[in-house]
Amino acid sequence: MKKFLLSMLAVGSLTLAGCGAATLDNGSQSSDSVNEKKPDELVVGVSISTLNNPFFVSVKDGINELADENNTKTIVSDAQNDSSKQSNDVDDLIQQDVDVLLINPVDSSAIQPAVEAANQANIPVIALDRSSDGGEVLTLVASDNVIGGEMAANYIVEQLGEKAKVVQLEGIPGASATRERGEGFDNIAKEKLEVVDSQAADFDRAKGLNVMENMLQSNADIKAVFAQNDEMALGALEALKAVGKTDVIVIGFDGNDDALKSVKAGELSGTIAQQPTEMGKLALQAAYDYFAGKEVKAKIDSPLELVLK
Amino acid sequence: MLREENKMTSKTKKLSIGSLGPLLALAILVVVVSILNPNFLTPNNLLNLLRQVSINALIAFGMSFVIITGGIDLSVGSTLALTGALTAGLIANGINPALAMLIGMIAGAILGMINGLLITKGNMAPFIATLATMTIYRGATLVYTDGNPITGIGDSFLFQFVGRGYLFGIPFPIVVMLVAFILLYILLHKTAFGKKTFAVGGNIKAAQIAGVKSDKVQTLIYTISGLMASISGIVLTSRLNSAQPTAGQAFEMDAIAAVVLGGTSLSGGKGRLVGTLIGALIIGTINNGLNLLGVSSFYQQIVKGLVIIVAVLLDRKKK
Repeated sequence: MKKFLLSMLAVGSLTLAGCGAATLDNGSQSSDSVNEKKPDELVVGVSISTLNNPFFVSVKDGINELADENNTKTIVSDAQNDSSKQSNDVDDLIQQDVDVLLINPVDSSAIQPAVEAANQANIPVIALDRSSDGGEVLTLVASDNVIGGEMAANYIVEQLGEKAKVVQLEGIPGASATRERGEGFDNIAKEKLEVVDSQAADFDRAKGLNVMENMLQSNADIKAVFAQNDEMALGALEALKAVGKTDVIVIGFDGNDDALKSVKAGELSGTIAQQPTEMGKLALQAAYDYFAGKEVKAKIDSPLELVLK
Repeated sequence: MLREENKMTSKTKKLSIGSLGPLLALAILVVVVSILNPNFLTPNNLLNLLRQVSINALIAFGMSFVIITGGIDLSVGSTLALTGALTAGLIANGINPALAMLIGMIAGAILGMINGLLITKGNMAPFIATLATMTIYRGATLVYTDGNPITGIGDSFLFQFVGRGYLFGIPFPIVVMLVAFILLYILLHKTAFGKKTFAVGGNIKAAQIAGVKSDKVQTLIYTISGLMASISGIVLTSRLNSAQPTAGQAFEMDAIAAVVLGGTSLSGGKGRLVGTLIGALIIGTINNGLNLLGVSSFYQQIVKGLVIIVAVLLDRKKK
């Protein structure tokens, strides 16, 4: 039995070797002129970093909404915030001969080899929300996170004056949104605010609650919280409510449905709202433009605004 | 002593003929997916699939040894992240990539050995010991990387080749997986050390009375598990062209699933490395196949769980 299996394996891998050698060398035709296609002829591969976060669900919904209007076929995969799963997802989409890839990377550096693989297969890549550190990306559709972080810090300064005590809840360590929103916030906060603590809560609501509870133990007198996404902001809000601190300013980021409701109800002070549905639509529109032979800008700004009650 | 060992080996032989459940499950999966999606059986996709499988399989091979002794290693995902980060960090700092990879593997072996020593000398339950080191190794990874991915490691051809290269048309991670499989297969099924591993898992008291130095065996198998996790980590780091501080989360679960799918019992004493390879292939086929079919990842998780249940049930029925 064991011998049988072993020999099967050996034969199998040899066969694969033969096929592989023959098929892996023909991926390098150049594609300077675009093969024009109508929206209803396109198969669009979509790789989303996580569908456990309403923001990215809205991005996906935006893509699908516009796709449905135009009878475009989409294949969506969810990387569950795991760079290695996303690399597999993209490889799998390439195997299905999609015409274009819309990729919302878990991580900008880890997505690079997958983007290069798509380049080699002559499949144009459109990056959403986060870009790729390497390979060729047709365009990046994203909000300017640095400016968003600055908007949040400026609002806190406006409300509380300079040197107010604030804390920051950071996203997943290393994610570009974490880095950029933090950078923007720091740009202003370093000079004008007193940041007493800054901890990662991984863009997660439950972790936001926990981290905020812990921060309140050592810094009971904080006046404002900047959370790098709404999920963490809503978690922090619960922690503050539990100890009766309803006057602390809490600013989130993203503008997801829950957060907008909370802002309306006067609980969350505000959110730097991205428009994820719009972002999804802009990305698919860029794909349409590309296959219509139109020029596509290297960066497409998705709208951003501070939403207050 | 000899009688005890003989009993063990005859038991495992009977098992390997009896348990076709995993192979059957894999065959059914392959047939179903290839009927539903013609892209599945293309050579390109099969290579793609095997390359995806290799990351999990490498960890699962080491995990097989651990589970055969009746233990568990929850720290492999964190070990993968820490050794991947260490290797990448060394390369980014200008250390020769081959040397950096060697250091990464030695580090993996040491991290595994620490698990083994906690369990044997510290008398801790494997679940608790590796649960603790899982969080320690993850924490150490975050400290080492400062929470940021380590990049700037892409210049070395040798290092790129490990995760992204091809040998005679076969992606190199597959070659690594097959070589590791053959070496560990020989170690587990053809050597005295392998026999002792089964003996410790079957009845540790009896093994000790028979003269098996169970502490030594256990420490070594955790060392192997750590080493395999680090090899997997190095392959993954090369493949992603960067070391992610959050890499490998929940990989221990996929590895355990592959081992159990392959017919190795969590109560120890029995198991086959071929089974583990099949188990890893099943999980890879589910992931890849369902991706090709455009099934949402939410359903994928349910299917993965269901297939584990069905395969194990099939295996039980055969006995």
